[in-house]
This record gives sequence, C-alpha cells and structure tokens, in this order.
Amino acid sequence: MSPNTQEGIVDRELRSPSYLQNGTTIRSWLLTTDHKRIGILYAMSITFFFFLGGIAATLIRLELISPTGLFLTNDEYNRAFTLHGIVMVWFFLVPSIPTTLGNFLLPMMIGAKDVAFPRLNLMSWYLFIAGGLLTVLALIAGGVDTGWTFYTPFSTLYSNSHVLLAAMGVFVVGFSSIATGVNFIATVHLLRAKGMTWMRLPLFGWAMYTTSLVMVLATPVLAMSLLLVVAERAFGLPIFDPRSGGDPLLFQHLFWFYSHPAVYIMVLPAFGVVSEIITCEARRRIFGYQFMVYAMVVIAVIGFMVWGHHMFVSGQSAFASLVFSFLSFVIAVPSAIKVFNWTGTLYRGQIRFSAPMLYALGFIGLFTIGGLTGLFLASIPIDVDLTDTYFVVAHFHYIMVGGSVSAFFGGLHFWWPKITGRMYSERLAQFAAISMFFGFNFTFFPQFIMGWMGMPRRYHLYAPEFQPWHVMSSMGAVVLAFGYAWPVFYLGWSLFKGQRAPDNPWDATGLEWQTRSPPPKENFDRTPVVTDGPYKYHPQDSTPHEVEQAQAPQVP
Amino acid sequence: MSSDIIIHEPFETAARQKVAVPFGVWSFLATECLFFGGIFLFYAYARWHGGEAFSAGAKETDIWFGSANTFILMTSSLTMAIAERATKEGLVRLARWMLWATIGFGLAFLVVKGFEYRKDISEHLIPGPHFKLEQGPAAQFWAFYWTVTVTHAIHLTIGLGVVGRLLWIDRRGDLAPHATTAEGTALYWHLVDIVWVILYPLLYLVGRP
Repeated sequence: MSPNTQEGIVDRELRSPSYLQNGTTIRSWLLTTDHKRIGILYAMSITFFFFLGGIAATLIRLELISPTGLFLTNDEYNRAFTLHGIVMVWFFLVPSIPTTLGNFLLPMMIGAKDVAFPRLNLMSWYLFIAGGLLTVLALIAGGVDTGWTFYTPFSTLYSNSHVLLAAMGVFVVGFSSIATGVNFIATVHLLRAKGMTWMRLPLFGWAMYTTSLVMVLATPVLAMSLLLVVAERAFGLPIFDPRSGGDPLLFQHLFWFYSHPAVYIMVLPAFGVVSEIITCEARRRIFGYQFMVYAMVVIAVIGFMVWGHHMFVSGQSAFASLVFSFLSFVIAVPSAIKVFNWTGTLYRGQIRFSAPMLYALGFIGLFTIGGLTGLFLASIPIDVDLTDTYFVVAHFHYIMVGGSVSAFFGGLHFWWPKITGRMYSERLAQFAAISMFFGFNFTFFPQFIMGWMGMPRRYHLYAPEFQPWHVMSSMGAVVLAFGYAWPVFYLGWSLFKGQRAPDNPWDATGLEWQTRSPPPKENFDRTPVVTDGPYKYHPQDSTPHEVEQAQAPQVP
Repeated sequence: MSSDIIIHEPFETAARQKVAVPFGVWSFLATECLFFGGIFLFYAYARWHGGEAFSAGAKETDIWFGSANTFILMTSSLTMAIAERATKEGLVRLARWMLWATIGFGLAFLVVKGFEYRKDISEHLIPGPHFKLEQGPAAQFWAFYWTVTVTHAIHLTIGLGVVGRLLWIDRRGDLAPHATTAEGTALYWHLVDIVWVILYPLLYLVGRP
C-alpha cells in the first residue's frame, strides 16, 4: 500500500466505482470523455490495425521465400508492402503509445482528473476511425501501389490504384494526431497537480510533451503535401508535374519534413515508457534526470532539421546533403546520452527480470543497433551505396519495431494491472518477451546482411544468392508473429480469470500507482500534492558517490 | 464577467480554465501556420523558377474581386474583435449584433469569391486541356490559386461554423460565461483573415506595376 491511500481509508462501499464500472452500456463508451476509456477505445482500434498490417507483412515474408515469387503478381506485391507501410506507420506506430498509454496515464501521472479538452480527445478518436475507414475502403477497393511515401509523379500522374482514398485517410488521421498533440500540450502546461513542477515530471510525461510538440508542428506539413497530391491527381492541377516546371523533389522535401520527425513521434514515447520501467524494475532513480529531459527536447528540435538525409540520392545539392548528414550525426548524441543513462540506471540496481523489464532491456539493445546503423546511413558515401536496399529496411525496423513496439508491449504489461485491475501470468509474459526479442533479431538481422550485399527493397523477384537470407528472415518472422500473437491469449485470459491486481503491484513511485486499480473516473480519491521528484526508489545518500553524483543538480 | 465562469471537469480553478481555450487554439494556430507554410513553399519555389511566365499568370487574376474581398474580410475582423471584447465585458446585445455582422461579412466574402470563380472559369483559367495560357509556370500559378483559395474558403466556412456556434450558445442565453470560447473563436477567425492578407499580394499584386 502506498502512503497516500493508507491514512483514512474510505469504506469500499462508499468509494466511487472504477472507470470500468462507471456506465457499462456501449453508448457510455462511445460517448465517453474519460481519458482512460478513450485510451481503451484507441487500444482496441490500433490492435485491429496492427493485425491488419501484420497480415500484409505475412504475405510479404511468404512471397519472399522463393526468388521467383510464390503467389503474388508484381502489382499485388506492391500493394501488399504499401498497405503494410501505411497501416503500420499511421494507424499503429504513430498513435500507439501516445493515444493508449499516453491517454490513460498522462493525466494520472501529473495528478489531473482528465486531459485539458476531454471532448476534443473523443473527437480525435472519431477522426482516427474516419481516417481508418477511408484507408480500409482503399484496401477493399483494390489497394494502393505507391509505397507508403506517395512519391510523385508516380502517385499523381501514373499510378492506377486508389491513391486518393488512401491519401485522404492519412490526411484525416493526421488531424487526430494534431488533436491529441494540442490536448497533451495544454494538459501538461495547465493541469499539473500542486507541487508537480516541470523538473518533477516523470520522463513519460516529458516524452508525451515533446512528442506532442512534434505532432503539432510536423503533421500539418504532411497534410499539405497530401492535399497537393490530391489536387494534382484529382483535378489535374500542375504542382509537382515536371512538364509544367514543377519539381517532384519539392514533394519529397515536404513529405520528409513530416516523416522524419514522425520517427521521433514513434520513438520518443518509447523513451518515456522505458524510463518508467527500468527505474521501477531496477529499483533505482533515473541516472541524470535533467539530461534525460534535455535529450528528449533536443531530439524533438533537431528532429526537424535532418529530413534531407532521406534524399541523398534524389538530386538535392551536395551542400545540403553535407549539412543534413552532419545534423544527423548530431542527433545521435542525445540518443546516445539516453542509452548510457538507462544503462547507468541499472548500475547497482536490484534488477527484477520481469516481463516489462525484459521488453525494456530488449528495447535498449535493439534501439542501439538501429541507431548505430542509422549512422551508417547518415554518412553520404555509405548511404549512396545502401539507399533502397534491405539495409535501410532493417535499420528502420530496428528503431520502429525493435524499439517502439518492444516499448509498447513493455508498457502494456507494466501498466496492465493498473488499466484492467487484473494480473497476468508472469511466466507466459516473460516467454512472450523473449520470443519477441529473438524473433525480431532472426527476422531483421539477415536483412542487414543481404542489404549490405545489395538486395534492393520493394522487389519480390531477386537473385538466388539472397534466398538463404530471405528464408532465414521469413522463419524469424514466424517466431516474431508468435511473440505478438501470444500475449493476446494470456492477456485476454487475465481479463476474465486473472488475479485481482493490488493498487501498486510493482511498488512503483509514480502518481498513477497511488490510486486504485482500476482507477475511479476522477482518477484519485483525493487530489494529490507532490512534494518530491520522480523515481524515489532508494533514499538519497544510501549509495556510493559515483551513483549519487548523478542525482546532484547538474549545471549544463 | 470572469466570476460567472462555471468550472468544469478537469479544471480546479477558474484562472486555469480561462487560459485553457486560448492556449489550445494558439497551439492549433501553430499547426495552421505550418499547414499553409507548405503551400507557400510551393509558391516560393514556383515563382523563383517560373520568373516572368509565373507573373504573367498572376496578371490574369481580377484585382477588383480580390480587393473587395480583402476589404470585406478586414471589416469582419473588426466586427469579430468587437464581438469578442463585448462578450468579455458582458455586453451581450452588442456581441450578438457583431457576431451576426461577422457571419454576414463571411458569407459576403464567399459570394464574391463565387462570382470571381465564375469569371475565372469562363475565362478558362483552370489548368488543363483548355487552359487560356501556356502550360508551365503560369499554369503553376493557377494551380496555386485554386488550391489555396479553396483551402482558404474551407477554413472560412469552418470559421462561420464556430461563429454560428457562439450565436447558438447565445440563443441558450449562455454567452456571457463563454468569454473564453469567444476568444478562441476570434483567434481562429483572425488567422483565416491573416492568411488572406498574405494571399492578397501573392495572388493579386504580383506582376502589376
């Protein structure tokens, strides 16, 4: 039991019902403005899209077992990887942590009753569903073959697939991101509990805040670039068309101005989740709290200045490439600070190898590999050689799947007792975490090797010497798919048969743990007052000097 | 006045609740700036590369329609500003009239724009097979013209919706406690106006001595 709820326990009967019992009709869910319920609505929706994108991935990996292709035509293959990309990026990864864990936890972590604009929050979910329906419609109508990047002039002048529907779907879902971003920024600024100063915010709160900044400032540029694609494709207005003096490179600049920061929309929330898990499961304060904060802010800012590294071979000026290359190296510094600080947090900790911790440790390793291979690709001479090979595919999957999805699963397990009020089976969950880690590496490490050997991405017919690597990768994907599907069973089981969760099963210090599991609609039975920083897992001065100095005020 | 404000769910104090809507709208305006920034980048690119031919396309716009609409929209900004201030001061009657005036000017803008579109269409100023000018930078100018003015008109229509919502709140007799809603609405309305102020020279004054 936490200190906050111990004194003066209210009678169980007199306490308000949990957010799950507070109205049980479908209508009470579809019209809810409770941030926790909206988080659940989002969780169900993105789970659907995750498995939709997963089906496309399965088709791709099956097809690639044979160098001559197994069952897809060129056109069908194009549509399969486009669907995989569009669905996984915009309908799973971008919303994943912010809209589910973020929606559920951010107000609780700062001691608020809800987000600043509860109705806007619900509207963002409906926008998400509307955008999702448009995209599913595009899929049913026959799919899209442009790749997730919608590059012109192919997307506007030549493609014979349903680009307009898909582009509009992504356009609409972008506004759901923006609504979430505006809401979170206002929430963090205006609704922190008494005593919750900026430098006492849990790192997950900082992660949501910096992610929201990127969402609000980057997503509109994607919206405009898709609007211009629609204008050119649907109405024949010459915008990027080179025959009228337009420049397809302009589209690439606009697109990547969003889509590179979008990588940070996907990975900053993961940083937040991992910081919460590692501190709790190692029973340590975070190493260098302030630098963890600065690192996230710096990543969010510099993330806007590196988009040109996607265009080294597109014909942008050599000088521009030089600057973008340099800045891409610069952004590796705060990322490395974070990795070192997580590692530093483990030092002299009492580590529990629980399932969330396994996911979090897996995140650190996979994110490090993804980040370091990113430096290969930020070097212009190497990138010229590796552009559009499987090396790139492997690199961004290490960041986005190995990194973000691991963190998402870690967070899901970590906060599962708080969200559902039930415990899951620890053994089965550890098994899932381990299969996911190995399955992921089996799938994507061979892709680094074949990419380095020259296997191009987006081809389903390939030279036979790449076949062993493709078969390895596809076998790994089976393990990985198991790692993703397995939690559905034991987590689903725990919903009905799992042991009732105590309020604070992991003895964590975050405010969200100082209330009931599952929490009441108002989150707290009495409004919390914060007197101390986060992660007080051990008393000050109880540790050797080299650990202690990490907690001393740091002068940058 | 401010003491009339009813505190609702997530907020603990009236002071916090009062800043929330303007704060949220300001964040959203940042989004809007980058949204229009994307198409202005296209304009800058096309004009830089198109040179004389681009300006030749711009000469075909109708400066009278454009100027009239600038005048109308600027006046609507004034009425909106008065409406917002009147709501804050509790002068509900004045606010109501000014909101109606704002809606009137907004609709007038759309009507004038409609006539302008009719003239543009009759002069074959839509890029495509029957385009009046040569394909090339002039066509790019007109691609910009159509995309940006339609986008702006959609924004204006949404603006009419949110101003209409204030009038609906007023019908319930509830306007005075909704001063922050009025402030947020006014912020959005002014953004739509400011975008037009930028568009006016870009569309109508380019290539004219």
